[in-house]
Formats: sequence, structure tokens, C-alpha cells
Amino acid sequence: MSAFNAIGDRREVERDEFTPGIEPQATWCPGCGDFGVLKALKGAMADLGKNPDEILLVTGIGCSGKLNSYFNSYGFHTLHGRALPIARAAKLGNPDVEVVAAGGDGDGYGIGGNHFIHTARENHDITYIVFNNEIFGLTKGQTSPTSPMGHKSKTQPHGSAKAPIRPMSLALTAGASYVARTAAVNPNQAQEILVEAIEHDGFAHIDFLTQCPTWNKDAKQYVPYVDVQENEDYDFDLTDRREAADMMYETESALYEGTVLTGRFYHDADRPSYGEEKRAVGEMPDEPLAERYFDEDYEWERSYDLLDAHK
Amino acid sequence: MKEELVWRIAGGSGDGIDSTSQNFTRALMRSGLHVFTHRHYPSRIRGGHTYVEVRAAPEPVRSRGDGYNFLLALGDSFARNPKEEAYYGNEELKPLSENLDELREGGVIVYDEGLLDASEIPDFEERVEENDWHVYPLDLRARAREKGREVMRNTAGVGATAALLEYDLEHVESLMEDAMSGEVFDTNLEILRDAYEDVSEMEFTHDLRMPEGSHDAEQVLLSGSNAIAYASLDAGCRFISGYPMTPWTEVFTLMSQYLPEVGGISEQVEDEIAAAALALGASHAGVKAMSGSSGGGFALMSEPLGLAEMTETPVVLLEAMRAGPSTGMPTKPEQGDLEHILYTSQGDSTRVVLAPGNVSEAYDQTRTAFRLAYDYHLPAILVHDQKLSGELRNVDESFFDREPSPDLGATLTEDEIAEAAHHASGKFQRYRYDPGDDGVSPRSLPGQKGGRYLAAGNEHTPEGHISEDPDNRVAQVDRRLRKLEAIREELDEGGTHQTYRGPEDADYGILTWGSQQGTVFEAVDRLNDEGHSVRAVGVSELMPLAETELAEFLSSVDDALVVEMNATGQFRGLVQRELGRFGPKMNSLLKYNGNPFEPYEVVEGFETIIQGDEPAPTTRFVPAAGD
Repeated sequence: MSAFNAIGDRREVERDEFTPGIEPQATWCPGCGDFGVLKALKGAMADLGKNPDEILLVTGIGCSGKLNSYFNSYGFHTLHGRALPIARAAKLGNPDVEVVAAGGDGDGYGIGGNHFIHTARENHDITYIVFNNEIFGLTKGQTSPTSPMGHKSKTQPHGSAKAPIRPMSLALTAGASYVARTAAVNPNQAQEILVEAIEHDGFAHIDFLTQCPTWNKDAKQYVPYVDVQENEDYDFDLTDRREAADMMYETESALYEGTVLTGRFYHDADRPSYGEEKRAVGEMPDEPLAERYFDEDYEWERSYDLLDAHK
Repeated sequence: MKEELVWRIAGGSGDGIDSTSQNFTRALMRSGLHVFTHRHYPSRIRGGHTYVEVRAAPEPVRSRGDGYNFLLALGDSFARNPKEEAYYGNEELKPLSENLDELREGGVIVYDEGLLDASEIPDFEERVEENDWHVYPLDLRARAREKGREVMRNTAGVGATAALLEYDLEHVESLMEDAMSGEVFDTNLEILRDAYEDVSEMEFTHDLRMPEGSHDAEQVLLSGSNAIAYASLDAGCRFISGYPMTPWTEVFTLMSQYLPEVGGISEQVEDEIAAAALALGASHAGVKAMSGSSGGGFALMSEPLGLAEMTETPVVLLEAMRAGPSTGMPTKPEQGDLEHILYTSQGDSTRVVLAPGNVSEAYDQTRTAFRLAYDYHLPAILVHDQKLSGELRNVDESFFDREPSPDLGATLTEDEIAEAAHHASGKFQRYRYDPGDDGVSPRSLPGQKGGRYLAAGNEHTPEGHISEDPDNRVAQVDRRLRKLEAIREELDEGGTHQTYRGPEDADYGILTWGSQQGTVFEAVDRLNDEGHSVRAVGVSELMPLAETELAEFLSSVDDALVVEMNATGQFRGLVQRELGRFGPKMNSLLKYNGNPFEPYEVVEGFETIIQGDEPAPTTRFVPAAGD
């Protein structure tokens, strides 16, 4: 018998169940792209029939981190840049929990960049949503890792001398097995992509364009956007690593030239997730570790039985 | 001085000094002696002066000795070319030349004359004569080469040691049989026996012989690292995450080997921020988890440590100290991280800090750390160092005959959650203002029905939602701090972790913390034997500090010496700050040259207080405030 009966409790779930009664209204600025992420996530979880008690949402710090206050589930609002290491261990500890991590572009591509690379490399079975608004919002408009070259802010008064990071290319190179870019202004595509990402067994990275109407007024609202899967001008095989890489490069460059390309950019359904790899080498139990502590019949091993090597 | 052997095997790093000494130590234990080892090694994979000291006596030994009485000097296979002008000097000669200062009068020297030329050491003959050393040059390398491979010179050296001490070779042979097999065993055995027989026929000029003893019960030989790892397993820990760093790596390695065998998980990750964060993630999901590092890596854990305090996530962290600041001296022990461990991370600390004083305390206190972390929802930090990590000591096997304790502490089942307080919106109240006297508000786990809540590094409401309301803030801070008071009460009533030595009505006191305990206790025995009246306390409970006990101890003595391995007297400062008095009573004896205290240094430090003598030159004496 499981000690975690919310897991797999399949029933009709309404989108509204993911709105927390305690804090139903978000504090994001009017017109903020973050509302789009929240809406798409609620819709995706309802589509998947997940109930709030079987989801763990792990967020970083910033406007994006507040997603946790406005989404009704188990939540862990962690540290700036550290959502991923916490999320992936929670998944290893109880693989049956649906783990979603989220944070901003500074959080994921800047301060948490090392964790991003290694989580992708290891292909943990979690979904990672990066709110990309090309700016530090909550700290009032400083240049971020995705700000365009030449971006002027109070901390870069003469314009940034740095080329922006290429988030999708980075994810692909590091080992992510599902990579997509969507935009808050395209809620239907966003919700479909989130459903696919959550269902994907492996690390699913979504670069989510979220306009910041307060601190990034110069930036476009990410309209018009182009869905690369639906536009005839773009023809590439998203299961082919090289073609995907070329398309990502083009997409990342185009954003700074005013063309917003979105869609699925890479999908490898065959790469085993980290949990599967770890089980294959005998370093992870088949049953969720978290269940063991509630199993009254489990015979816990004792160090006393290991002492022969010390005699 | 009581009858004892202090055997030092010296050579180059990477020459098998460690494994040879471990096997010999086990042989000594099996033959009925009490044993204790002390390791000295460089931060270098191949080459560089390294030694292991094995102290063996019929009575229990709890410390390294003052110097030693038997040197087995092997060569250093990876020594750099000798150049007099190079600052590192003649490395080839160091296994012999570097070890002479601490060799006692009348001591025995066996050295490999195939690799070491004693005539290159200035004044060697004079020093031998002056100190009445007994020197036996043997071509151990040639013996090894003749029968097997050159590394087997260690075996020849052990054979010679046994012969010179008239020690029954059977003990060594049976151990080799356990540790080796096939041709390697046959060859080693032949080399061992030949060396033993040949040396036995030599004429001995020394008096030292192997002491004899017997044990009442079956013994096991363990290091502090072994004890910590075993206690973690017995506490039900099934998750460890880490990044390699000396000397923390020892526990990490042991756990990484055991955990897969018992269906647990070990994760080597990208850095120590991730390491601590993973342990929090696993614990949050409902697994008993640990992480750890040494000074520099622990510094990276400051952030997740604070998050554990704020979100009340149980976790056990190890801090294996080494000499700092920065990279410092990676393979040398020091107790310089105390203040770092107590206070690192922003905000008021709510953590448990324990520093065990020996191998069996390392076991006990690791289990205490897990119990407190999971019962009270906070990080518990176990502080040790290269000395305690690596020192081997015999312990009664029956000490480990205990039941495991996989209990998750203050964690609810789904049935209990159904009965527990919820917000009207359905959110579980994970952080209730007033859950009980101990301040502990039980938790739910992701996946449990009806248990959803938000764990946040921000200040939060009972449901975990972000709040900057002043009343909520004060209620949550007070509740978190109340847990520490409750822990203090629990320990004071249920049994504390301080250890004492010496008469209760002593005139003078010595305080120390963590790994220097055994050395201080040996010094106390000697001082009392010499007619002084001294009592020592080895302090382990650093946060919450054992205030009542320490106040009683300090009140009962006229004057006190605080012994610790750092340059600024951090522990003395802690006691003075927390107790708010006793400053004029506490003198400091400090050592920070990379080597742990020897008993005589503590004896001389004590004599500095009462007789005004000069302390040992390797230590620094700081008189009490106002003196």
C-alpha cells in the first residue's frame, strides 16, 4: 500500500483546482507575460489529469519564482538559481511525484547556469520552464544573460558589451532531450508544449518568452510570432541533432532581429532518463525510496553486519 | 612511560604506506593490543613525505604519543630529483631525514639502504650516538626485487619489524591471507618470512619488544569516517550528495559504496551548492539525506543551509575541517572553521552543531544529528577533521550491535494529515504558529493526499505563502528559535555529549572540543599522575551550546586552559560570548602548524599557567583576559 495516495489518483481535474484559494490573484504587473505561463501550466496539468497533491513545483527567485504562490500544488520556492538541484533530488527520492521546475533567465542561465548544464547533461525526468524576458525584472530592470548586445540599463549605462546567451543551443549541447520555445502571447501552443514536456521522460527545457511591460519596454511583445512547425519557410527534423542545432541558432539570432520563432526544436524520445540510467547500473532502487520509510515490514540493514572487514 | 610501541612507517605518497600500516595495525589488534593511528600525508598523488604512526599498548590508547620509538623508513619512489637549491630539499632522503626529530631516545631505526643513504644526512652518526638510537640498515628493495615486485619492499619492512620486536609472525601472515590472494599472496608471504628469518639471526642492540595484551571482547578497527558512515546507515540515511574534497571525500566514498548495496542513492554532482541543495530536495521528498564537504566546499553550502533553516527541511551536513583560509593546507587538520560553521548564511542561525571527540563518539553523534534534524526540522552539522576522519582505533564489536532508526521524525501519514489543521482553501498548515512547546510543526510530503503546502525561503504564513506581516514574522522567528531551546532541554535532561576526564573536585580545568579530546585526556592523566589536580572536558555540543555544563565546569575550577587547533581561539571566544563571563579564567593554548597536538604540548601549556614556564615552541599560549 502506498503512503502517497495522491499519486496516480486519476479523475477529471478542472483548471480552477490549480488556483489557490489562499492567494488567487497574482502580483505580477498588468500585461506581464508570467500570467501566460501560469495559465498554460494550469491548463496542461488539467489536460493531463494531474491533481494538485501529486505535483511538486520547484521555483527559483524573481517574479518567476512567485509562480509557486499562484499555482495550487506542493511547492518549494527555493534560492536564486538553485531550483534544479532541489527538483532533481526530489524526483530521485520519489520518482512518482510530478516534478516541474521554473525560474527566470537570470536564475537559470546566469546564476544557475552550472546546474542547468548538468541537469540537462544527466537528463533528469523533470520539466524546466525558463521565463525569458531578457531582463532582471524584480530587481528593477538590469541587463540579464539574454538581454541583447548593446542593451542599456542602470548597471550597463553604455550598453552591454556581451552577446546574449543561446539557451536552446546550450540545452541541446548539454544533453536535454526535449527543447522548445514558446511565448506568453501564444497560450494554446504554450499549453500543448507543456503537456508534451511533462509527458516526456527526460529533461524537457522550455524557453518561455514572457514580455516584461514595466522594465523592458523597448522589447517587443513577442508578436507576431511564427510557429516553426506550422510555417513552410522552416523545414527541419527535430529529431536530428544537427538540424535542430542549426534551427536553434537561427531562432536565437532572429529574436534580436525582431523575428520571434517558436515551437519544438529538439525531441529525442529514445534517450533514457537519468533515473533509468541509474537503475541500469544498479545505483537506484526500483521502488520509490520515499515509500520505504512507511513500509513497516521493511528490514532495515545494519552496519553491525558489515563489520567483518574491520576485524 | 608505560610499555608501548609507537611504530612509524615512512615513505612516499603512493607507495602503499597507508595499506601496509592498516594491515599491520589490524594484526596488532588481533593479537590483543589496543591501537591508535595518526596519518601525515601531502596533497600530492605520487611522491612526497608521508608517514603513518601506529601506537599499540596493552591498555586502551586514545591519542598519538609524544614522538615515537620505532621507525621503518622506506624510499620515496616518486621523489623529485634532489637539488640542494630547490626549496623542497632532498625528497629522496626524507623518509629517513624528516623523521629523526621526533624519534625518542633509545628508538629503533630500520631503513631501506637500497634507496636511502644515511651518510647524506648531516650529523647522522652523531645524532644516533647522542640519542642512543639502534640502527638496522637493510636492503629491502633488493629483497623485494629478488622475489617479486619492488613495492613489496613494504612487506620486507614489516617482516623486519616483526623480527626486531620478536613479534609472532602468524598475526601478520593471517592478515595478509585475508587481504591478498594467489601469486601476490605467495610472493609477499615468501618475502615476509625471508626478511623475518634473516633479521632474527642478526644481533640486536635494542631493548624494545612488542608489548603483549589481550582483549575481553571481539574488537573492530575503525576510523572516524567509518563510524560516521555506519551511523548514517543505521540512522536510515539512504541519500548522499557530494563533490570530492579532502578530507570529506572519505565519508562520501564509503557511503557511495554502501548505499547502492542497500537500495540507497549517492549523487556526485557539479558543485557543493548543488550537493547541499540535492540533500534538501531528497529530504523534502521524504528520504533521510545527508551531504557535506570541507571548509571551502562548505562555504558554498551556506545558501542551501540557510534555506534548510527557513523551510525547516531536515538534513545532516558534515564539515571535515582542514587548515584554511582558502585552499590552506588540504591534507592537514585544523579547527579553524568553528565560527564559519556556527554562523555562515544570512540571518539568525537555527542549526545543531556537534563535534565528536573520538571514533565511538563520531558514531553516537552522527545518530544524534539525524535524530535531531528529523525530529526538529533543521540542519544538523557534524564537525570533524582530517585527524578524526583518518585515525584508526579499536572498538568493541558489541558497540555497534544496535537497532536501526529509520524513523522520519515529525512527518505525518495521510491519515494524520486528514486530521491536521488546514487553511480554509485546503492548504495544509505546515508552519503553524503554536504547534506545541518544542516549536515543531509536523510536515507532509509531496504526493500525500491533502498535504499540499508551500515551502519557501521567504518568510511565510502557516501555509507557506510569502508574507512580510510583522506579527507573522515574529511568530515564525520565535517558533523556529524555540526548537533550539527544546533541543537544549532534551539534551540536558536525556543525556549530553560532553566527556570528562580527571577528578571532579580538581583545581584546574582544561577545555577542548572535537578531535583533540584524546590527546588532552592523555595529558590530564599525566598531569594528575605528576601530582597536579586537573579535570578536562571534551565539548561536543556547540550549538545549542552546553551552557549549563560549561558554566558549572568553569565555576568549579580556579583557572582553565582552552586547547584548540586554530590561531584565534574561536572556541574560547564562543564560550566567553555565550556564557558572558569566565573571560579572566580562560587561557588559550593554540596550535596551527598543521599537526595535531601531542600530549606533552598540552602538559607544557598547562605548566605555563601554573608555573609560568614557556609553552612548547610548536604552540602559542594566550593568557586569560585581564592577566
